[in-house]
Amino acid sequence: MAATSIQSRGSLLAATLVSQDTRRKFLAFASLILIVVIFSLASPNFFQSANLMSILLATAVNGVLAIASTFIIITGGIDLSVGTLMTFCAVIAGVFITFLGLPLWLGIVMAPVTGLVCGLTTGTFVAKLKIPPFIATLGMMMVTKGLSMVISGTKPIYFTNTPAFSDISMGSAIGAICPRLPVPNAVLILLVLAVLASLVLNKTLLGRYAFALGSNEEAVRLSGVNVDRWKIAIYALGGAICGLAGLIIASRLNSAQPALGQGYELDAIAAVVIGGTSLSGGEGTILGTIIGAFIISTLTNGLRILSVPQEWQTVVTGIIIIVAVYLDILRRRKPATAAGPAKTVATV
Amino acid sequence: MKISVVSGLIAALIGLTPVAASAQSSIYIPLISKGFQHQFWQAVKVGAVQASKDYKVTITFEGPESETMVDKQIDMLSAVLAKKPQALGFAALDSEAAAPLLKKAQAEHIPVIGFDSGVKSDIPVTTCATDNLAAAALAADKMAELIGKSGEVAVIAADQTGKSNIDRRDGFVNEMKNKYPNVKVVDVQYGGDLLQASEATKSIILAHPNLKGIFGANEGCANGVANGIRELGKAKKLVAIGFDSGKAQIDNVKSGLLAGSITQNPVGMGYKTVEAAVKALKGEKLPKIIDTGFFWYDAKNYTKPEIAAVLYQ
Repeated sequence: MAATSIQSRGSLLAATLVSQDTRRKFLAFASLILIVVIFSLASPNFFQSANLMSILLATAVNGVLAIASTFIIITGGIDLSVGTLMTFCAVIAGVFITFLGLPLWLGIVMAPVTGLVCGLTTGTFVAKLKIPPFIATLGMMMVTKGLSMVISGTKPIYFTNTPAFSDISMGSAIGAICPRLPVPNAVLILLVLAVLASLVLNKTLLGRYAFALGSNEEAVRLSGVNVDRWKIAIYALGGAICGLAGLIIASRLNSAQPALGQGYELDAIAAVVIGGTSLSGGEGTILGTIIGAFIISTLTNGLRILSVPQEWQTVVTGIIIIVAVYLDILRRRKPATAAGPAKTVATV
Repeated sequence: MKISVVSGLIAALIGLTPVAASAQSSIYIPLISKGFQHQFWQAVKVGAVQASKDYKVTITFEGPESETMVDKQIDMLSAVLAKKPQALGFAALDSEAAAPLLKKAQAEHIPVIGFDSGVKSDIPVTTCATDNLAAAALAADKMAELIGKSGEVAVIAADQTGKSNIDRRDGFVNEMKNKYPNVKVVDVQYGGDLLQASEATKSIILAHPNLKGIFGANEGCANGVANGIRELGKAKKLVAIGFDSGKAQIDNVKSGLLAGSITQNPVGMGYKTVEAAVKALKGEKLPKIIDTGFFWYDAKNYTKPEIAAVLYQ
């Protein structure tokens, strides 16, 4: 196996993923549909356009954060900083737009740029200083959370002087073209980002190396690839995507809320693993993650619609996460034993 | 293990700062609140700082990030007690959890002043607090009046464990049950931050098509209710009532998204806490409870001087 070149490893990997994937995606999608059907039968108020729109919107922030997490988890890493980094980027946008009164576009650009810079920093800690991702991103989680408080003076920063800012999330480009489908831009951003992220993951060198790093980092290094550089790039990309989430949430709430964000990283990780991405790295899909994010928001919404007490909502969501991941493990075990050891390459 | 190293470092950093602050005066009164992210706590701090200037004492003001972090608050309490304060202002997240440390304070003759939700024990010499049950009952009266004393209403509260949150929920629900038999509280949900409160509001509205009103039991919940209503395009079709103030909430009251809100008097609460501590140190007798009051405000009266004075931006 050590003799396998990166190219053939990559294509083998791609082939494995496609065949495994179509099946897995279908099953994940089927469970989402099942949840929707169950809630629709349980309450007449669930399957109505306003509520479905509400679920779409509720998925936007977690979905975007989960996409960022997917890249990093595929490399075998973990990112605990996505939630507070999102908030930090929102605060920076607030500083540029509201505090300094600079043009709107500049503040909007600064959010992902800030995320990119933070991601670069975390990536450098992981790749160059060899700090384990769990610790490096835990540190970044605390640093960004603290800085958000310091910079904002622990107060929300409002975007009331720039009404156009709220259009980022709450305007509707689709609605402008097709008035009967007033899908908020936050949802559109999520969907466009998902398509782009999927292309990056499957069609570019960056995506290839993300999988390869997660499968066998040492082999990639031995074949002469500058592993550190690619790793840093992947963390930077994740950071920039968190910046985008920062824009979505700040625009939706028309304010940068400095205290919000912690805990969002766990929802993102939950979406990623429900979507079939392995926490040990080397495999995963964006589509799976998006379905995972929809499963979480649909569950939360549906249980609320049924007026299930919040304590129980949390219990049910926890159980669903464990069941979903266990089913995924079962699915993966079967084809591996049937088709022989070759299939396991992707999970090494 | 690595986490404990990180938190140890941070604790060391935090421990260093207040020492420098206490150089100004010999009387040191730390205040430990239940949080600091909501503007409410910032307003309590403003009042406390004002009183510290008037009475020439040194204060510090700190609180955990979220109102569920009981353990963090205990750490803060134990850190300030180690600095041998003359008196202590404390708003307990969990009175039982804090009991051993408060007994220690009592043994060292440090008078404890409870504020906000206070401390459930006989250790505090006094408690400066809003009567949350009565304040939420007023919200229920206003709600009943605005919906014509019949129909379905719902509550969004911050969490199901904090005493003031429980009191506001129960104060509202019980008032409806006892005084307005035709008003039905159909749902109580919880939203810890602004986004969660918005989502919970939308779910409730969609699940109950006949809903006439929603009560958001703190600043985050009130703005979440307003946000949810706006996103569903139901502005002014539902009677929304909030609790507390803050810039966004006052704007929501002005625009009519919220029919009105109950405000406490946080600046007064902070001020009276420090004042009570100073009086206790002088050996003055204090009542068991110092009511810091609450008020109803809406688009009509929020500019009146007596109301404007207790609202905080």
